[in-house]
Amino acid sequence: MSATAPILRVQNLSARVAGQQVVEDVSFEVPAVGVTALLGRNGVGKTSTIKAILGLIERKGLVEFDGHRIDNEHTHRIVQRGVGYVPEDREVFSKLTVAENLRLAERGGAPGRALVEELFPDLTQRAAQAAGTLSGGQQQMVSLARALLNANRLLLVDEPTKGLAPLIVQDVAVALAKAAETAPILLVEQNLQVVRQLASTVVVIEGGKVAFTGLAAELLDDEALTTRLLGVAGAQPQGKAAGTGTANAGGGNAS
Amino acid sequence: MSTVILLLITGLGLGALYFLVASGLSLIYGLMGVLNFAHGSFLTLGAFAGWEVARRLDDGSWTTFLISIAVGALVGAAIAAATEFLLIRPLYLRHIEQVLVTVGLSLATVALFEGIWGVDPIYVTGPDWFGGTTEIFGALVPNDRFVLILAATLVLLALVLFLKFTRYGLIIRAGVENRSMVTALGIDVRRAFTLVFAIGGAAAGLGGVLASHYFGYVSPHIGGSLLIFAFIVTVIGGLGSLAGAAIASVLVAVLQQFANFYLAGTGDLVVVLLLAAVLLIKPSGILGKKA
Amino acid sequence: MKNLRSLTSSRWTQWVVGGVLVALFAIIPFLNIEIPGVLPGPTYLPGTLQLLALSLLFASLALSYHLIFGTAGLLSFGHALYFAAGAYGLGILLKYTELGLFAAMGITLAGAVIIAYLLGAVSLRVTGISFAMVTLAFAQAGSVLVRRNPKVTGGEDGLTLNTANVPDFLVGVLNTRNLYWVALLLVVVVFLIVTWFEHSRAGHVVTATRENELRVRVIGIRPFVVKLIAFVIASALAALVGMVYMLLQSGATPRATSADFTLTILVIVVLGGVGSRWGAVVGGIVYTILDQRLTSLASSDFIESLPAVLRIPLSEPLFILGTLFILVVLFLPGGLAGLASRVANPRRSTTADRDALEEVV
Repeated sequence: MSATAPILRVQNLSARVAGQQVVEDVSFEVPAVGVTALLGRNGVGKTSTIKAILGLIERKGLVEFDGHRIDNEHTHRIVQRGVGYVPEDREVFSKLTVAENLRLAERGGAPGRALVEELFPDLTQRAAQAAGTLSGGQQQMVSLARALLNANRLLLVDEPTKGLAPLIVQDVAVALAKAAETAPILLVEQNLQVVRQLASTVVVIEGGKVAFTGLAAELLDDEALTTRLLGVAGAQPQGKAAGTGTANAGGGNAS
Repeated sequence: MSTVILLLITGLGLGALYFLVASGLSLIYGLMGVLNFAHGSFLTLGAFAGWEVARRLDDGSWTTFLISIAVGALVGAAIAAATEFLLIRPLYLRHIEQVLVTVGLSLATVALFEGIWGVDPIYVTGPDWFGGTTEIFGALVPNDRFVLILAATLVLLALVLFLKFTRYGLIIRAGVENRSMVTALGIDVRRAFTLVFAIGGAAAGLGGVLASHYFGYVSPHIGGSLLIFAFIVTVIGGLGSLAGAAIASVLVAVLQQFANFYLAGTGDLVVVLLLAAVLLIKPSGILGKKA
Repeated sequence: MKNLRSLTSSRWTQWVVGGVLVALFAIIPFLNIEIPGVLPGPTYLPGTLQLLALSLLFASLALSYHLIFGTAGLLSFGHALYFAAGAYGLGILLKYTELGLFAAMGITLAGAVIIAYLLGAVSLRVTGISFAMVTLAFAQAGSVLVRRNPKVTGGEDGLTLNTANVPDFLVGVLNTRNLYWVALLLVVVVFLIVTWFEHSRAGHVVTATRENELRVRVIGIRPFVVKLIAFVIASALAALVGMVYMLLQSGATPRATSADFTLTILVIVVLGGVGSRWGAVVGGIVYTILDQRLTSLASSDFIESLPAVLRIPLSEPLFILGTLFILVVLFLPGGLAGLASRVANPRRSTTADRDALEEVV
């Protein structure tokens, strides 16, 4: 496998949830190295795209992971191929202890255990605590740790800094940066500071389709573009413009 | 006073029976979202299997009794696992259809049992000790109640230990909370589904043999009549909660006994009223997760 | 082919076909049609008419359940309660009071409506599986009430009809054909009422609620009210069927109050095709006749001669019904109606049928 082949290729992906079309026609690639940010306003279909890739919702279209088609496989099979998932809203098992949450996620001897212990010393201390009693930030750590325990070929991370205090946001960013050294990441994020810190490439979704792909700097340095696609630059998008015009802007494809 | 003791202990005995049926129902619903109408048939088949084995051996001995329990549990587990694999699994995530399929199965199996064993109740004998009574604080308690209570306690204990200390137990506990996240961790929940059905079936089969001794007979309808109470118990206790099922089983059974005695046989009605009350006040049940 | 399709789907056509069918059914008692294997005898004989009338009653009952399950999307396990309320209510009034038939029917219907309103108001506070469980529990309570009060209800033996105050033209074997016509009239009335409701504003709202309750709430309509209306109407219709049943069969047994009975109705509706009125009607008729025929087939020489492995299951009509039901759910979720529309529209897929079924509840 050559170093420049993408780890994930998505083509004409569409998805439905409860009869609603949530992803219309999305095509992009995730390079095998570095962090790719998946951006877009609220409700545009970023989380649904991630879920569609994983098969958590009904989907149609081509999804290729490391050269293998996974769009017709069950979620657990896809994950077993080496895809780590950090869901939006963490989704820790609240009645299980921290240790049990981690134990459940372990696959293949947990080669990432040392990394996890290094990044999240707090969790080792709270091993016997019920996950439901943890703070939001601590739960996020559990969610991240669950994914980082295993040998991942790709990490899908969905809004890891959502609802967290700025200090914790930094901790999360540091953890993700460390994780990116071992595996490529597809990161859904609203916080553009974090995106700037971590991402090398970006994919922007608008109206259920891809509106822009290119280098992170290319997008973030262009205030007008950023505002048009994401709302006010550098802050939480407010859905400012009512459905701004055409979806497809040219932008170079990430190769 | 002795009446109260008697009612309490017989209530516990009946509650034990309810728990044996409800535990499986609760776990199955909690993990899979399937309301298993065929659960009563698992019980009935277990009861018949136990009886068939017992009547070929020495009816009155303890060994025979223990063997019949084991057979009942095994048969219950087997038919439950087969049901899950053949009928439920193909309808993955289609909850209404899964329920409908179990409805069809319950109709078909009861009719089949009637065809094989006839419609009339068949009388069951067990160890002589069952027919006797033991005195507790002035109350003369029929001995078979103690066996029921012991069996249910052991099953509860076994289930709790299984859930707490084994990997599949961990998977099931997590799955009851959030099934899709479990698959997103790379775990094939479907195997846990079959396992949960088998466990529920084993408990039901075991309960079936014990029920046949409790009622004194075995018949094709023995499962169905208990099933309704098991449903009520499961809903009151909270779908998916084992502890809830245990508490609700005792609550419902004891209430039933007291109402039957002090309120002129209205035990069944009182239970229904309790269900209505629980659903109005806390629809997710005593220990159920928030819907 | 296209012309045929547009012809079959036009509203007019359906009414015309329906009218013709009703007319045909109405003159059957004057004809000498024999369908060996299906009907027990020629169609002018009371025995045959009794069976046909019964099948029409089941069609009406299936229609009433279709209103709850298919249209309103409420999975009720207690529908039998209202049927029984009708049958037992009428029977008790006729037995213990001096009321004439129509007065008794009126009071029974009113009683059923009140019970449905009260129980429905309680039950509809929860949804989905919990709702199903409450309805099951209430029906169970009704069953217990009937069984435990033998002095009033006849207990396990059932209640027989006291015909003292029943008009003569509805009493006696020779007048079976009159009862047959009453049953036919009933199925037409029920069909019309169900259709009217489905096309009414409340009907549209309740269908929208079934598909997406949140969307309805957002518009500011309270789903609870429309669901309750559907529930009460369906229950009242079931009670009506129960009353005619009492007249036709001259009695009722506690089986009419059992969960088994509701499940049988559920099976009929699913077999006919959830969401289809015609499916419910056809399902009810087919089920009744099948049930009768299977019972007599079971004691036939042919079955008796089969080896035990085949004979035992095949001699139990409910086994065949249950197995058929399982097969339908697994492979033909749209039921008979789905099959029919598949014939007319070959592109309709099993997935579409499954989705329609899953929409309920």
